[in-house]
Amino acid sequence: MAIDNETVKRVAFLSRLKIEDSKIEAAKEEFNKILNWVEELNEVNTDEVEPLISVNETTLRLREDKVTDGNYQEAILANAPDKEYDYFAVPKVVE
Amino acid sequence: MAEYIIETAKGKWEVVVGLEIHCQIISQSKIFSGASTEFGDDPNINVSFVDAGMPGMLPTLNMQCVHQAVKTGLGLNAKINKYSEFSRKNYFYADLPSGYQITQFRFPIVGEGSIRIDLSDGSSKIIGIERMHIEQDAGKSIHDLSPHKSFIDLNRAGVGLMEIVTKPDFRAPEEAGAFLRKLRSILRYLGTCDGNMDEGSMRCDVNVSVRPYGSDELRTRCEMKNVNSVKFVMQAIENEAKRHIEVYENGGTICQETRQFDPVTGQTKVMRKKEFAHDYRYFPEPDLPPLVLSDEYINQIKKEMIELPDAKKQRFVETLGLTPYDAAVLCENKEVADFFEKAAAGHDAKKVANWMMSDFFAMLNKKKLDIRQSPVSAENLGKLVELISKEVISGKIAKDVFEIMSETGDNPEKIVEEKGLKQVTDTGAIEAIIEQVIASNPDNVAAYKNGKTNLAGWFVGQTLKMSQGKANPAIVNKLVKEKLDN
Amino acid sequence: MKEITRLTIHEALDGLKKKEFTSVELTKAYLENMAAGKHYNAYVTECAEMALVQAAAADKHYAAGTSRALEGIPLGIKDLFCTKGIRTTACSRILNNFIPPYESTVTSHLLDDGAVFLGKLNMDEFAMGGSNETSFFGPAVNPWSKDVDLVPGGSSGGSAAAVAANMCAGATATDTGGSIREPAAFCGCTGIKPTYGRCSRYGIMAFASSLDQAGPIAKDVRDCAVLLKSMAGFDAKDSTSCEKEVPDYEQFLEKDIKGLKVGLPKEYRPEGLNPEVCAYWDKAAAFLKERGAEIVEISLPHTKYALAAYYVLAPAEASSNLARYDGIRYGLREEGENLDKLYINTRTAGFGAEVKRRIMIGTYVLSAGYYDAYYLKAQKIRRLIHDDFVNAFKECDIILTPTSPVTAFPIGDESMKNNPINMYLNDVFTVSVNLAGLPGLSLPIGLSKTGLPLGMQLIGKPFDEGTIFKVAAKIEADAKFERK
Repeated sequence: MAIDNETVKRVAFLSRLKIEDSKIEAAKEEFNKILNWVEELNEVNTDEVEPLISVNETTLRLREDKVTDGNYQEAILANAPDKEYDYFAVPKVVE
Repeated sequence: MAEYIIETAKGKWEVVVGLEIHCQIISQSKIFSGASTEFGDDPNINVSFVDAGMPGMLPTLNMQCVHQAVKTGLGLNAKINKYSEFSRKNYFYADLPSGYQITQFRFPIVGEGSIRIDLSDGSSKIIGIERMHIEQDAGKSIHDLSPHKSFIDLNRAGVGLMEIVTKPDFRAPEEAGAFLRKLRSILRYLGTCDGNMDEGSMRCDVNVSVRPYGSDELRTRCEMKNVNSVKFVMQAIENEAKRHIEVYENGGTICQETRQFDPVTGQTKVMRKKEFAHDYRYFPEPDLPPLVLSDEYINQIKKEMIELPDAKKQRFVETLGLTPYDAAVLCENKEVADFFEKAAAGHDAKKVANWMMSDFFAMLNKKKLDIRQSPVSAENLGKLVELISKEVISGKIAKDVFEIMSETGDNPEKIVEEKGLKQVTDTGAIEAIIEQVIASNPDNVAAYKNGKTNLAGWFVGQTLKMSQGKANPAIVNKLVKEKLDN
Repeated sequence: MKEITRLTIHEALDGLKKKEFTSVELTKAYLENMAAGKHYNAYVTECAEMALVQAAAADKHYAAGTSRALEGIPLGIKDLFCTKGIRTTACSRILNNFIPPYESTVTSHLLDDGAVFLGKLNMDEFAMGGSNETSFFGPAVNPWSKDVDLVPGGSSGGSAAAVAANMCAGATATDTGGSIREPAAFCGCTGIKPTYGRCSRYGIMAFASSLDQAGPIAKDVRDCAVLLKSMAGFDAKDSTSCEKEVPDYEQFLEKDIKGLKVGLPKEYRPEGLNPEVCAYWDKAAAFLKERGAEIVEISLPHTKYALAAYYVLAPAEASSNLARYDGIRYGLREEGENLDKLYINTRTAGFGAEVKRRIMIGTYVLSAGYYDAYYLKAQKIRRLIHDDFVNAFKECDIILTPTSPVTAFPIGDESMKNNPINMYLNDVFTVSVNLAGLPGLSLPIGLSKTGLPLGMQLIGKPFDEGTIFKVAAKIEADAKFERK
């Protein structure tokens, strides 16, 4: 499944990354190299194989419904590049 | 019910609607963190490092959210899946701190179910539930505090949600409205969601398509996000359906898109075309192993299930003799139904129902009170009805007594006693009054005797008036006739 | 170099207890080595002042007779572990100014045991890399370098370099596809990646959540046992953390290995494997046989697909894990006229080339229409690899393999620069262990002809780190590897 320049651009946008137009071709080549390599997985028949999601084979533990966290606004906002009135600030979003 | 057909000069159309409803789960702490779910505090207070998507933070699942979801699933007559999985739904947005929402995708906690809805013409219909899953809510973006910036508050980020997806079973706006009211009623009965659409604790996405009447094709649908009242949902369906029909009849095509409903104009406008649609890249959440529930756990919750509105309504009709309409009204809200049952205990249930549906609700409305704040207690309302049944007071006096009860909260027996409102049933006393009336109105007596027998009512009225309403009307009636016909 | 910095942790603990030297003296000695070893670029943030305060506190504990398991031992911390109040960057520009308001569970265990933190260690950006060259702060340098600067391996290159150059007594590290074991092998150190779920991941910046595990890199096997004992343990804040009790790993070191079955997977000896690597592998097996172990050939038939599966799964998880670095709540922000521009500008400026490459590969393999072909396929292969080990462990108690097919290579190697796959291939012996969630240890076996360390890997059954330590101690004793 070779990918084209459009796909590279779409994937870059989905990843919120910019690839300069001049570098798209090179990026495409590199992706295809990696994807071709990965396609060796198709040599294995996995029709009857269950995907492995979690190796520790435990099931989910449940936490008691108690308020044990939060209430430290200062720490939450401490690293914010832009904040106002105790909110995180971002460029205006037009909805 | 009567079919909902949109008829134009060119043809007949029907509408096909499905709903997706996000319901905030009632719990103390968030679904994946120990921060409070309290609402209305200062921004970014009830936020943990987990909710803020800080590096290295991990989710842990709140058992109450699972419990509430299972309870809700049982209330939707749905299959509870013993195996479910969390997934990540990836998209960038300012109020989604991790860049993904933890939700359920391939294996939701609740499978297929159904809800019966009651329609205004007395008919009912079953609406299918496709699935219900649990997930985390996003934060809130605030756009109106600054001309250049939007602000992000994460207090809501991570509050548990149940997303209920219906089958495309609705054929009329009214059905969607009835469904939302019924769903809200069930959730409130169960105490799993407070169901306040105006506060956003229950939010509805509406999927609408139309098709020529009688066909069974499924045409392209449009989704309207976050329509925040029952009325608006009905309006959105109606107007969106009309828009589709207009497009089709003018030879156009409908594109799959996300639209926004504008409550001011009642119209919808496009938010996002499909070509800009998200690619959510769902995959199993590696931070959370699968959720596995035991039969024992599910059975325990089954045992905790209370009587839900449909069952209650049926019981009110079958064992208390209420009309289906009255029963439905009284059962919509659990507090109301509980109040009714308490008031009706040992008394004439139908009369209690009548009182609640008329004077009692009118009083609450007028005073703008919730039933929990009612000055008239259930016991006292029952006693009032009992006083009428036992003919201690007349219906008319009862209205006056009720008036006093709603001001003072007093026991009706005490009011009747203190104000001397007891009905006079002593025939001797009543006869004396009648004789007085007859004696003072010889002309009318003569007219009666000459055949104007409908004047009997006038004598009854005069007698009741002179007794200040306390004379028992039935006895008065009987005695007036006897005296006049003598 | 101060001689006390050459002591292992267990030797230093002994010296501290006997009051041969103080923790402040020991800490100062390490700080001096750090100052002298700037060329190795092992530390990206130093906290000398804090370390001396901690050391002084430790000395008081010794004086009061209340010393704890790691009292006064100066450690280096990989910059992927969040440390409260100390800048933590994952060696990425996007977190260049990030100061966590919380402490990772693993580092808080170490602090609770009295450890001293010297600073934060260099690594590949977000642990993505096998040579430490993707660090925003430039590569750490292998202390075994001679004429040209060699890579220390990666991603925990700073951890291995600092331990090898005696710039800390031991270090924390993390391993997603070999990031503890490969740098340990390249730098002549010992490192263990425990069973998935052994160490809490809480507070460790996630790369690939289903594969990431923390572990120590240290001077010898016993030090690894001591450090892991402190780092490991159940944590309710990590839903993938295991509730099993952590044994005292040191007690395994003295146990004999008579009758123990040691498996050598035939698939790990592909044609063209460096003969030096093969020879040392055979030598290690011979040591064990000599001590009464039984050597058996085993088969892990899906080995050749492990790397490709790994390079689908790890980037997929990474693409999602790294979405939170968006310039809104912390870290770098490059402004933009709207939200999407802000995201794009921030992330494009904040991430390095390898991280971007993996984010995009990961995004692609999860995207609509490709999920089944790549991601789901890789998960199925992961199941087969996992099952290979389950079957193999029916025939043996532990598996012995080389850690890496190569020794440390020069910084800026052209073939790897030009083709990322060449770099990925260095992980060929280590990734399967992460895919199967098993414990794996690397220890030095000897030097290559060019004078560079080579490592041997021991792979154990789930939660059987004890057997690994038992066997590793024997190889260590027989190999007599000389540390720097």
